Amino acid sequence: MEITQEEIALLQEKAKKVRRLIIQMLAKAKSGHPGGSLSSTDLLVALFYGGVLRHNPKDPKWPDRDRFHMSKGHCCPLWYAVLAEQGYFSVDALWTLRKLGSLLQGHPDVRTPGVEVSSGSLGQGLSVSLGMALAARVDHKDYRVYCLMGDGEIQEGNIWEAAMAVAHYKCDNITAILDYNGFQIDGCIKEVMSIEPLVDKWRSFGWHTIEINGHDILEILKAYDEAKKIKSKPSIIIAHTIKGKGVSFMENVVDFHGRAPTEKEAEIALKELE
Amino acid sequence: MDLQYQRDVYGETLVELGRKDHNIVVFDADLSGSTRTCLFAKEFKDRFFNMGVAEQNMMATAAGMASCGKIVFASTFAMFATGRAWDQVRNTISYSNLNVKIVATHAGISVGPDGASHQALEDITLMRIIPTMKVIVPADGPQTREAVMAAIEITGPVYIRLGRAKVPTLEGVGHFRFGQAQLLLDGKDVTIIACGLMVKQALDAAAALKNEGINCRVLNMHTIKPIDRMAIIDAARKTKGIVVCEEHTVIGGLSSSVDEIVSEECPTRVLRVGVKERYGQSGEPDELLNEYRLTPQDIIAACKKIVTRNQ
Repeated sequence: MEITQEEIALLQEKAKKVRRLIIQMLAKAKSGHPGGSLSSTDLLVALFYGGVLRHNPKDPKWPDRDRFHMSKGHCCPLWYAVLAEQGYFSVDALWTLRKLGSLLQGHPDVRTPGVEVSSGSLGQGLSVSLGMALAARVDHKDYRVYCLMGDGEIQEGNIWEAAMAVAHYKCDNITAILDYNGFQIDGCIKEVMSIEPLVDKWRSFGWHTIEINGHDILEILKAYDEAKKIKSKPSIIIAHTIKGKGVSFMENVVDFHGRAPTEKEAEIALKELE
Repeated sequence: MDLQYQRDVYGETLVELGRKDHNIVVFDADLSGSTRTCLFAKEFKDRFFNMGVAEQNMMATAAGMASCGKIVFASTFAMFATGRAWDQVRNTISYSNLNVKIVATHAGISVGPDGASHQALEDITLMRIIPTMKVIVPADGPQTREAVMAAIEITGPVYIRLGRAKVPTLEGVGHFRFGQAQLLLDGKDVTIIACGLMVKQALDAAAALKNEGINCRVLNMHTIKPIDRMAIIDAARKTKGIVVCEEHTVIGGLSSSVDEIVSEECPTRVLRVGVKERYGQSGEPDELLNEYRLTPQDIIAACKKIVTRNQ
């Protein structure tokens, strides 16, 4: 995998732009989830803009496309910003987020071009991804499946049913991405319901684990590359991130898990993201 | 009278379909021997996936598979398909209107000795209330085959409810048409609307009542959703009342479906022969049908109530 400093700088710029869109959308919607959207931004930007995901915005149903599924559906503002930016639909649609009749629902819905299966009820996305990965096997196709999960989300039992099954079926065409920002709605993950030791858990379930700094574009791209090369077992990228990353007063502030910025807060945030 | 396991018919039909259509994929959750999906598994190893004892995972995986253009069958016992995995069925399969056919076996009190934990009495309700979900309760073996065939022609999720015990093959019922009730017997006094194994009980009750001069109309309401509104309205208008029979709680299932239409369109008396807010228990199917008042005698008593009150 070769990537230049200039390319990395471009991706970092793109990530800033996406973060700005997230803030703008949420301020306009007056509700939604900024914290996890901002913590996952670099992971998604690297996936969609770094030449990792095989897809075509002009043909969202292209049968050979790689699949991306956002299991932590509440972070869809991030996904919507990326999809709009990539041309799946108009950027203007972003300003209708969470409004009656909008293309962009509060949690992912198949009416949105680029969304494969709805999500929002946590814990189901890894199973959905398994279904897609097995479909590739049945159809002798070589597409990959990327699944973004939240750290609080993996408290759901369904995740571990899926973790067991994905390894059982040796789905090396699945790359799971865990946004490990350390917070959930009620507070610190450590205090609400500890999920450690995380690496040991996934390894013991038969997964290849890759631990990275989830805000370092080069590390992220290397991780996607490594995951692609691992054969006969699935990979999970455990990405250490900062909730609310990029906006000083949102970083590591649990209140911003599920609260949109006010107009004034948005103004300050946008300045920081210039 | 010919007796058949509906689940045997299901398993055989899957194999038949699997040979014709390579797009069909089957999931089970460690009950493939009982649900008979093992027959498909044996012939189409690459299109069968056993998900182990993990129904939630099975349903959400089925959704992912269906999103890639497959026609997916997912089977386990009715209790677990509809109860354990309800959120996956609601939020992931049905909300996205995915082509997953949930064919659940071991529904109803006639499961027998396994007892209450395995006797799904709420599954029709749980599936009926989900938008985009269609619900079919075949009455016998041949109808099971027709229902499965019909399900693959429907876009989106379908729930098919099958029993554990052998059921008699009904004679002269004609072809199954999705969404269209079967008029098995015409009569002007009272209408009996039934589904599943209660259809046979209804026919037995109607035969006995005929000897007493009471003429029953009997409808096999195999499709509970979308329900045949016209058949219900017609029955409400042309007979003195309706008795609804289901091997299921009287809350939210077939009885409620009939009540909803009758109360909106043509109010008339509707009596319910079903399970009255009780859990099941161990016993032989016949003993349980008797204990839970699901016999032809119970239907006869309900029909007489309607007829005598109207006299």
